[in-house]
Amino acid sequence: MADVKKIATRESYGNALVELGAANPDVVVLDADLAAATKTGVFKKAYPDRHIDCGIAECNMVGIAAGLATMGKIPFVSSFAMFAAGRAFEQVRNSVGYPHLNVKIGATHAGITVGEDGASHQCNEDIALMRTIPGMVVMCPADDIEAKAAVKAAAEHEGPVYMRFGRAACPVINDNPDYKFEIGKGTVVKEGTDLTIVATGVCVGSALEAAEMLAADGVNAEVINICTIKPLDKDLILASAKKTGKVVTAEEHSVIGGLGSAVCDVLCEEYPVPVKKIGMQDMFGESGSAAALLEKYKLDGKGVYEQIKDFLK
Amino acid sequence: MNNLELKKIANEVRKGIVTAVHSAKAGHPGGSLSAADIYTYLYFEEMNIDPANPDKEDRDRFVLSKGHTAPGLYSTLAQRGFFPVEDLKTLRKLGSYLQGHPCMQHIPGVDMSSGSLGQGISAAVGMALGAKLDGTDVRVYTLLGDGEIQEGQVWEASMFAGHRNLDNLVVIVDNNGLQIDGAIEDVCSPYPIDKKFEAFNFHVINVDAHDFDAIRAAFKEARETKGMPTAIIAHSTKGKGVSFMEGQAAWHGTAPNDEQYAVAMADLEKISEELNKEGQA
Repeated sequence: MADVKKIATRESYGNALVELGAANPDVVVLDADLAAATKTGVFKKAYPDRHIDCGIAECNMVGIAAGLATMGKIPFVSSFAMFAAGRAFEQVRNSVGYPHLNVKIGATHAGITVGEDGASHQCNEDIALMRTIPGMVVMCPADDIEAKAAVKAAAEHEGPVYMRFGRAACPVINDNPDYKFEIGKGTVVKEGTDLTIVATGVCVGSALEAAEMLAADGVNAEVINICTIKPLDKDLILASAKKTGKVVTAEEHSVIGGLGSAVCDVLCEEYPVPVKKIGMQDMFGESGSAAALLEKYKLDGKGVYEQIKDFLK
Repeated sequence: MNNLELKKIANEVRKGIVTAVHSAKAGHPGGSLSAADIYTYLYFEEMNIDPANPDKEDRDRFVLSKGHTAPGLYSTLAQRGFFPVEDLKTLRKLGSYLQGHPCMQHIPGVDMSSGSLGQGISAAVGMALGAKLDGTDVRVYTLLGDGEIQEGQVWEASMFAGHRNLDNLVVIVDNNGLQIDGAIEDVCSPYPIDKKFEAFNFHVINVDAHDFDAIRAAFKEARETKGMPTAIIAHSTKGKGVSFMEGQAAWHGTAPNDEQYAVAMADLEKISEELNKEGQA
């Protein structure tokens, strides 16, 4: 996929915010001294009065966003996933989730593709944390096109939304004229009959690569892109599981509580099939380039392929 | 409204607090009673609110950052006509809208859900910022406990409010000196409270929390203060008005039994009689 255009979804976040800012004067963006990294700097430049830098105080930032939401604003809170979902978890839970306020959380630098900063900054737990909060929508876009669509959908949705973006450039896979985005709807990005790969975020690209390799072995894999992890597109996953009888999940997140767990929640209650959860196997990451880390933790195309081959043995 | 009228209402608010907590067999009377005069002044004098239209857009906002003293807020809202006083007896009971801690989705007049200490002030700061962004003259009030200010988030919020010159924000600290584990200066002293807020670019006013002249003057001064938020350090007596609760940390989060309830109501009834006499004199 060397010739494929690559864009980091955090870039998409910033660019989508600028478009939203033009369309809706109630959109405000909050940062905690990371505007350059969360890529909201473009919004700050376009709408300086509606960009609020809270300094390095994420818990307060989330509370301020809650207060702004009660005044009719649509605040987008921006920080690294580690701090937005991790450090400020209880503020998100009690000041945003419990009163069901219209706060959007744009969490960048999620997962191990943070890269060189290392494990302290590689949040592999945010999906797990956020999906436990009642009423919270949790989205993890796979590419630039989906990320921009998700940000716009979040603004139109009434209620709290958590959006997970990556630091590293990732391939654009949804560049087709039929692409449509809807919160809570997954998409079959490749049809197949032998097994189902349910992937989210950067792992959608990996899953597609793995599916190509599997095809060479005579295995026809279906690939489902799940951007909205909550509410999950149960119907799509169940229909595919019924067709293929085997499910693999792939995510740049802990296998505890993330997409894999969400998929298992549905399957074990409604249609139990063998499942393999690909992700971070209850461990911390480490420093290294994003590509090297994806390779080491078997979350790139080759790694996903190898893990699926083991599963199929 | 004159001081005597305010005192009478505050005393009724205190009766509602004691009645609600007694009925619930749980809750926080001490810090509700200590702030009863502040609550009364806010809802009967200071704030632009309308019980018939609790969500009116241009209303002033109040965030009870020390959410556990919800009985004080609820009793005041009931006295002000947001909901029936009789409903206070449903506090904390299954199916009641009067949740143990303030819940903005279900309680008329509650502007923000709160209860986890340190969080309410941030929401209040966000509201004040929102009002500034919109160029409205909405004012925002938030009440904190003196133990609550041990939470670091309080100072994150204060730093931001001071930095942003939010002069439409009034932070009130109910300085009754006691928290669950004892005296605040013994547990982990937040003193000097006034100097801390001054350092965060607040205009600071120390006030006797049970003197309506002083309270009136403080809120007037806050209104006249431009370019910086105001912090009112309200020096209060925990459990104020109920003889056996006054100055006792043990009454932070304990409900009176039937016998204690009778004594508490007799104490407050006596105050009512004295206030009535004062009115006739």
